[in-house]
Amino acid sequence: MAQNLQITASSPDPALLDLPWDIPLEDWPAEVLAALPRGLSRHVVRFVRMSGGVIAVKEIGESVAYREYELLRQLSRINVPSVEPVGVITGRTDKNGERLEAVLITKHLQFSLPYRSLFSQALRPDTATRLIDALAVLLVRLHLIGFYWGDVSLSNTLFRRDAETFAAYLVDAETGDLHHKLSPGQRTYDVDLARTNIIGELMDLVAGELLDEDTDTIAIGDALVERYNELWSALTDEESFGADERWRVAARIDRLNHLGFDVGELEITTDIDGTSVQIQPKVVDAGHHSRRLMRLTGLDVQENQARRLLNDLDSYRAAMDRQNDDEEFVAHDWLSGVFEPTVRAVPRDQRRKLEPAQLFHEVLDHRWFISEQQKRDVPMPEAVESYVENVLRDRPDEMAILGLPPDAADQQE
Amino acid sequence: MATVTYDHASRIYPGTERPAVDQLNLHVEDGEFLVLVGPSGCGKSTSLRMLAGLEDVNAGRILIGDRDVTDVQPKDRDIAMVFQNYALYPHMSVADNMGFALKIAGKPKSEIRSRVEEAAKILDLTEYLDRKPKALSGGQRQRVAMGRAIVRNPQVFLMDEPLSNLDAKLRVQTRTQIASLTRRLEVTTVYVTHDQVEALTMGDRIAVLKDGVLQQVDTPRALYDSPKNVFVAGFIGSPAMNIGTFSVTNGVAKIGQAQIPLTRDAVAGLTAEDNGKVTLGFRPEALDIVPESDPSAIEIEVNIVEELGSDAYVYGTLKGDAAGADLASAGAGDHEVIVRINPRTAPAKGERIHVAIRPGQEHVFSPTTGLRLSSQ
Repeated sequence: MAQNLQITASSPDPALLDLPWDIPLEDWPAEVLAALPRGLSRHVVRFVRMSGGVIAVKEIGESVAYREYELLRQLSRINVPSVEPVGVITGRTDKNGERLEAVLITKHLQFSLPYRSLFSQALRPDTATRLIDALAVLLVRLHLIGFYWGDVSLSNTLFRRDAETFAAYLVDAETGDLHHKLSPGQRTYDVDLARTNIIGELMDLVAGELLDEDTDTIAIGDALVERYNELWSALTDEESFGADERWRVAARIDRLNHLGFDVGELEITTDIDGTSVQIQPKVVDAGHHSRRLMRLTGLDVQENQARRLLNDLDSYRAAMDRQNDDEEFVAHDWLSGVFEPTVRAVPRDQRRKLEPAQLFHEVLDHRWFISEQQKRDVPMPEAVESYVENVLRDRPDEMAILGLPPDAADQQE
Repeated sequence: MATVTYDHASRIYPGTERPAVDQLNLHVEDGEFLVLVGPSGCGKSTSLRMLAGLEDVNAGRILIGDRDVTDVQPKDRDIAMVFQNYALYPHMSVADNMGFALKIAGKPKSEIRSRVEEAAKILDLTEYLDRKPKALSGGQRQRVAMGRAIVRNPQVFLMDEPLSNLDAKLRVQTRTQIASLTRRLEVTTVYVTHDQVEALTMGDRIAVLKDGVLQQVDTPRALYDSPKNVFVAGFIGSPAMNIGTFSVTNGVAKIGQAQIPLTRDAVAGLTAEDNGKVTLGFRPEALDIVPESDPSAIEIEVNIVEELGSDAYVYGTLKGDAAGADLASAGAGDHEVIVRINPRTAPAKGERIHVAIRPGQEHVFSPTTGLRLSSQ
């Protein structure tokens, strides 16, 4: 092999060298591929097994590859939910010395679900709404930090379960740009393109009979615009009130916390005679609940999972009558006495199907459900057992959606 | 269809001193294909995004036709960003892939069908309309993406480096297709690229930008033959022009012993600030092999010969009296010049050749201002 590969990676895995870089990605042998459903892409994309995990490999022009790699690194650094870049490989040639396209490699996001598999799994009917909500939150978060996406779509997003909702992750930053601050034009264009793309993608699912033909695809697209605008104005609008209504400052912060955001900086101005006050959040950070749970327990989970776990922690505290104890101590006892035993009670072979926090959330749901059914307080160990037997056993493994042959997984070519 | 006018349009990013786009004045004719070209950071993409409504215009204004769109939302500007998204939907027919945006806009079925059919005719896709994208070649898929923009009947097409993520073969193919299609459609098109070859092959006119400032806007031929300044001279053309600064005595520039007489116009344009110097440029193909005794002969040692079949290029270093002179081509190494020669009589590496600038084919610039002095 007369290849002169250039590998740019932050922490290169030597196993990368064993992959058949001298073969066009399209023709990679099935034995190196992981059977994951592929989204719609203008490029050839393949999921590949490597070092016990899965990576996504995308053939793409060299300069674009480096650019996207850099952008994804910046996004990871500032904690935006996005796929983690592994590296860029250039200088590929095939056996005849013909130049092959550069590749961008990203880590496959564990437990992530492309929208196509969510729809084909026949989930609850409001799945579309919950996906749209998740995408609106992601888009607002990206816009708050000055990221213009340029091609927002369901295909360019991955979803992870987050308690009863979803959390959205950016997977394709090819058309993106990081700015100091976005102009209203950039934001509305992104939102408008998102609407068009989402409707197009849903129309495609209808055409493929994966979605009921009565689905109002346009209304779903419109819902994104609406959700985005609501959230954007809740987070950024200026609010004005009389000086005697100062409680409204705290109320605004509470409202933002409830939406899952922390206020890093709030601008407060008063008019000259001090009769009215204007407030406007200047810096807001997503992840209010997940940060609080992290501080209390060290658990790193998604926002709504954190919200659920914190609620359980609160009821534990009340039930144990430990309201006057330090929150940190109670949290520690809850972790070792409730959370960990619950997760451990799930048989090992079933446990890997879902993230631990998601498992815990579903067990809580299940306990509530059977408690109501049996009109008694079902204890945790019993709830876990019932959940595993009646729910989890029939669930697909979502750590990496398997079961699709690579050909069937291929949606575009 | 419409004209596009940038009227002293500027974009200044907060916290920066130099405008990303500085007082751009540019008028694009109805149906014209205008290319914005320049090195990275020159402001070409920013200019395009200002027209698209994706960047604020901090000073000046932008018009589409007679309408001032400076403060109009992107979606209300009646423009299409072509190739912005061209993932095709696998379950939808080619026709639906092209027309779905019209369906979203609530257009009646019959109108959608007729607009799609019209676009398909222009794009040579008529026979594929009822097939799935799977059945199309790479080039045909590109055309479907183009069709998405065409069916919307926009006033202006905007394209921002649309070929940058295609492989080399598809790039050349798509380049030709875009160029011929936009001519046939007679849609005003503004196209951004960093690649001057792409610019020369596609544009009716080309606007060259550097550091946010428009350097020159002209036809490809005029840019090539009469660059207005040293930057444009060095940027346009492949391989790049040889450019250097030399002393002038009595209207004659000297490259070592070689005497290059300048036109009266050019000499008249020199000022005291130029300090008896002049900047000369000559393209690789403006040089002829001459005998050593020729008074305008420049001696060059051959470092490498690049054979391209129809042509060959010598990359060489100045020797003899001219050795060490400040002369180089942006397309070659330090102090290297490029000479186009007949491939059948190509010299060998290490050989010395003598070349002279064909009379009238030198480009003369002021060393102080960088502006063109010769009138041609």
